[in-house]
Amino acid sequence: MTWLALGGLAVLAVLPAVLGPYALSVFINILFYAYLGQAWNIVGGYAGQLSVGHAAFVGIGGYTAAVLAAETGLTPWVGMLAGGALAAVLGGVIGYLGFRFGLRGFYFVLLTVAFAEVCRIVASNWERVGGAVGLYITFTGDPRQMQFQDDRAWYYIALALTALATAIVWGMERRRFGIYLTAIREDETACEALGVPTFRHKLGAMVLSSFLTGLAGTFYAYRYSSLQPGAVFGIPLSVEIVIRPIVGGAGTLLGPIVGSFILTPLAELSRAWFGQGGWHGAHLIVYGVLLVAVVLFLPQGAVPVLGRLVRRAAP
Amino acid sequence: MSLLEVRGLSKRFGGVQAVADLSFTVDEGDVVALIGPNGAGKTTAFACVAGFLAPDAGEVRFRGRALRGLAPHAVNALGIARTFQIMRPFPRLSVVRNVMIATLGRHPDPREAEARARAVLDEVGLAARAAVPAGALTLAERKRLELARALGTEPALLLLDEVMSGLTETETERIVGLVGAINRRGIAILLIEHVMRAVMSLARRIVVLDHGERIAEGTPAEVAGDPRVIEAYLGEEHAGAAAP
Ligand SMILES: Nc1ncnc2c1ncn2[C@@H]1O[C@H](COP(=O)(O)OP(=O)(O)O)[C@@H](O)[C@H]1O
Ligand SMILES: [Mg+2]
Repeated sequence: MTWLALGGLAVLAVLPAVLGPYALSVFINILFYAYLGQAWNIVGGYAGQLSVGHAAFVGIGGYTAAVLAAETGLTPWVGMLAGGALAAVLGGVIGYLGFRFGLRGFYFVLLTVAFAEVCRIVASNWERVGGAVGLYITFTGDPRQMQFQDDRAWYYIALALTALATAIVWGMERRRFGIYLTAIREDETACEALGVPTFRHKLGAMVLSSFLTGLAGTFYAYRYSSLQPGAVFGIPLSVEIVIRPIVGGAGTLLGPIVGSFILTPLAELSRAWFGQGGWHGAHLIVYGVLLVAVVLFLPQGAVPVLGRLVRRAAP
Repeated sequence: MSLLEVRGLSKRFGGVQAVADLSFTVDEGDVVALIGPNGAGKTTAFACVAGFLAPDAGEVRFRGRALRGLAPHAVNALGIARTFQIMRPFPRLSVVRNVMIATLGRHPDPREAEARARAVLDEVGLAARAAVPAGALTLAERKRLELARALGTEPALLLLDEVMSGLTETETERIVGLVGAINRRGIAILLIEHVMRAVMSLARRIVVLDHGERIAEGTPAEVAGDPRVIEAYLGEEHAGAAAP
């Protein structure tokens, strides 16, 4: 298992050498969304608290770094951490409200969606951060400003982020914190009876997850040199974040990564095919069909099934 | 000082007075049974003691400390563990993981917690099922898992809510033996049970509830001869006779 992971990492590390520019951009997306899915996986997969507002943390992280850079000249490498910290604080507030008032299932979904929508509306109407037009970052190509002449830099940053989040989740699975989360997902009342402080652990999962998601905001802002409220705070991005770990296997270590390797290329292909005919958003139909298929046939996601196949092939 | 002291406990659900001015105590190392017909308020009383329900009135003290306002996990940390009448295993977690959730509270290192969990599974006779998902257990095994998890929190007082109902006679006898052995290790037990033979052989004192009120209290022999108790149970049996 460890060898498989190191082998996979090694292949990913040398991959850019053989990729053309388009394939490279697809792989950057695969890794970036795998990272976002892994960050979400902590609270949504392991702790079973279905946040569908995680785009808000991407937006908060991105805006924080970009505004700090514009107004104080702070390098986005540091702004990234500030963005993560602010996302963690707001994630903590939302978690506190949701968990203190015992919002579960559908009600927690609504709370998180509403939170992201409020963020979008605030950003759209706040002229200091660009209002509805958003923020544009002048391209200098200076790595100290997180800007690169060569897109392979983005690939390696995305790879490092994904490896970092996966290592965190791997460590979490082996500690009390992560073990408690898997039980909280199953039955919170039983957890309380067994001495598990459920509120504190759900809150911890939410804060860690929103911090990591916040880091991704800076990546997004500087990779595209722009931030639009609708793109970074909108429901479509939240759906992109949620759907990969669900298809791959929510609450499993490799679920978000496998999910992203399945879905990101599919989304690219359907964009390429249907986009020419003016069918924008066709990838959403692909998502919908896949989601229904997963819920019906693989409710645990792809990873457990793949695991069984691998074990059967290599006894 | 009693280990557990319940005084004037009351809890109402809408129009139903589930528990009314209930008082009793459990001493260190004691075995007390809480009996009474269905709907008498036994499970509700448990939930109030363990912090799952806030009583409307009255007080619960454990080792002299008032439990009012404590979350269930905090009550558990003080040394009170309950089982659920309607069992609540974590169905997708393995049996040993289920018990680890209980042992991790006092043993934060997962390896230690797992070793403790395996020891508890040995004690309740579930060691052979350690790797199975809890959802695959039989009813009798699930009852034992419920007991194992409560034990895993290393309580001073164990609240057992009908851990024998629905079991065969042999299975019941094994649980009775197990509960006796747990008590001999110094763990006090408060037992809700319908299986009268089990109650009579385990309990040193019995508290009888009917319509939320305590109608009798005493040794098994005293309670068995109490006319009010006989009436409460006869009433139920007459009602039960109509059903198959
Ligand atoms: N959560 C609840 N909401 C409303 N009524 C309840 C609730 N829990 C119990 N009751 C009612 O309170 C009474 C006592 O129930 P319970 O404590 O479960 O009795 P027992 O365990 O002795 O069978 C019953 O009439 C039951 O219907
Ligand atoms: Mg009951």
